[in-house]
Amino acid sequence: MQFLIDNFNLLWDAFLTTLSISALAGLVALVLGTLLAAARVSPIPPLRGLATFYVETFRNTPLTVVFFFLIFGLPQIDFVLGFFPGAVLSLGLYTAAFVCEAVRSGINAISTGQAEASRAIGLTFGQSLREVVLPQAFRTVVPPLGNVFIAMVKNSSIAAGFAVSELSSLLPRLVNANAAQLSAVLVGVVVAYMLITLPLAFLVHHVERRVAILR
Amino acid sequence: MTSGSNGQPLVRLSHVDKWFGDLHVLQDIDLSIDRGEVVVVIGPSGSGKSTLCRTINRLESIQQGEIFIDGERLPEEGKALARLRSDVGMVFQSFNLFAHKTVLENVTLGPVKVRKQPRARAEERARELLDRVGVGTQAGKYPAQLSGGQQQRVAIARALAMDPKVMLFDEPTSALDPEMINEVLDVMISLAREGMTMVVITHEMGFARRAANRVVFMDGGRIVESADPETFFTAPTTDRAKDFLSKILHH
Ligand SMILES: Nc1ncnc2c1ncn2[C@@H]1O[C@H](COP(=O)(O)OP(=O)(O)OP(=O)(O)O)[C@@H](O)[C@H]1O
Ligand SMILES: [Mg+2]
Repeated sequence: MQFLIDNFNLLWDAFLTTLSISALAGLVALVLGTLLAAARVSPIPPLRGLATFYVETFRNTPLTVVFFFLIFGLPQIDFVLGFFPGAVLSLGLYTAAFVCEAVRSGINAISTGQAEASRAIGLTFGQSLREVVLPQAFRTVVPPLGNVFIAMVKNSSIAAGFAVSELSSLLPRLVNANAAQLSAVLVGVVVAYMLITLPLAFLVHHVERRVAILR
Repeated sequence: MTSGSNGQPLVRLSHVDKWFGDLHVLQDIDLSIDRGEVVVVIGPSGSGKSTLCRTINRLESIQQGEIFIDGERLPEEGKALARLRSDVGMVFQSFNLFAHKTVLENVTLGPVKVRKQPRARAEERARELLDRVGVGTQAGKYPAQLSGGQQQRVAIARALAMDPKVMLFDEPTSALDPEMINEVLDVMISLAREGMTMVVITHEMGFARRAANRVVFMDGGRIVESADPETFFTAPTTDRAKDFLSKILHH
């Protein structure tokens, strides 16, 4: 315990790094994933094809490879992201594919009657999505989306391998120098992750109850 | 029958054909509907009534032929189609009220988003319409808190809020408990009396007799017979219509 207190600043910085990677990547994933889901149900075939291609590519590529490509691959074509932005973008782009699939399943769960009724009063495709379909789709996908985001927080640990001093990177750093403190460091890191994921899970549960629709 | 002010029918289908895969659901349909006319479409299950109705606002596409609303050819897609659809009200068998919006929001959504009306004005008009269909006191509730008959009347108010040129009804009462059917039919009859142009698919022959100018009988994707209700019910000319009437009128 004393060891953790002594290294509190290190732990705190790492916690904030993990938190900010997760928050920023989560934002990218939510916005991009929703746009992708809209594209996947759009009446425009090239848009559908492009979105499907994106999702299949990212879902079937290991996250480490995505990190590697953005952080070491892009500089080859003179596009240098830096480690932290590279980590945020890698995690965001990757998670967007999963957000897309969750939102799309929600869209599919909304009866076609809802979309037809909105088209029948003259809403355009975009208006129908925004006003009628997506608000209901999000309600049904709050739990699966929560799982996607919790997985994303944990996936942010990949950034440790790319010179980002986030929580997981503390394990080798602190333990190599203080082998006897292994269990203390482990407990500290696990608790720090839980400080992010547990409130997230609680939030999901809360939102889920708030938005439950009468049917 | 009277023609519109510009001398042409409000809705005109000309040589319309539609297939679902190999199934030829609409076969060479010709149909003209005048302003203020109430047309009841009847026919056996699977004869293409719903499909016909849904082609009029292009919820179903057609492969051949042309459809005109108020002289304008139905656009294929995009904003032009959305605009045209806003002039065609539709009432569905299963109501399809927006589940996440209150009754009032259901009725104001189209006027605010499509017609760009100020919200206050849209709400005022929505309350008038809700009063008119007898659900004014339910404005703040969600659709799931209403009975089927109330939901369907809200759906009618939602369609009316767009000031449509024509209203399509696809079996508006067949998902309702018997005691709620009349409250919906009464609203429809008063609409018809006020001169709304209507296309109504229904098994309610009482409605057809009281409110229709014309009954169109469909079978196998074709319009087999078209006559005023009195003539159709008392003296159908085709065997298929006679056969159908004997089945629905004698039980
Ligand atoms: N989306 C679809 N895909 C394939 N076939 C369809 C589709 N919609 C309808 N059909 C078929 O087209 C035919 C006409 O259907 P439609 O719903 O227009 O009939 P209907 O006269 O309204 O019947 P009902 O009285 O049962 O409502 C039926 O054989 C039906 O199975
Ligand atoms: Mg039908």
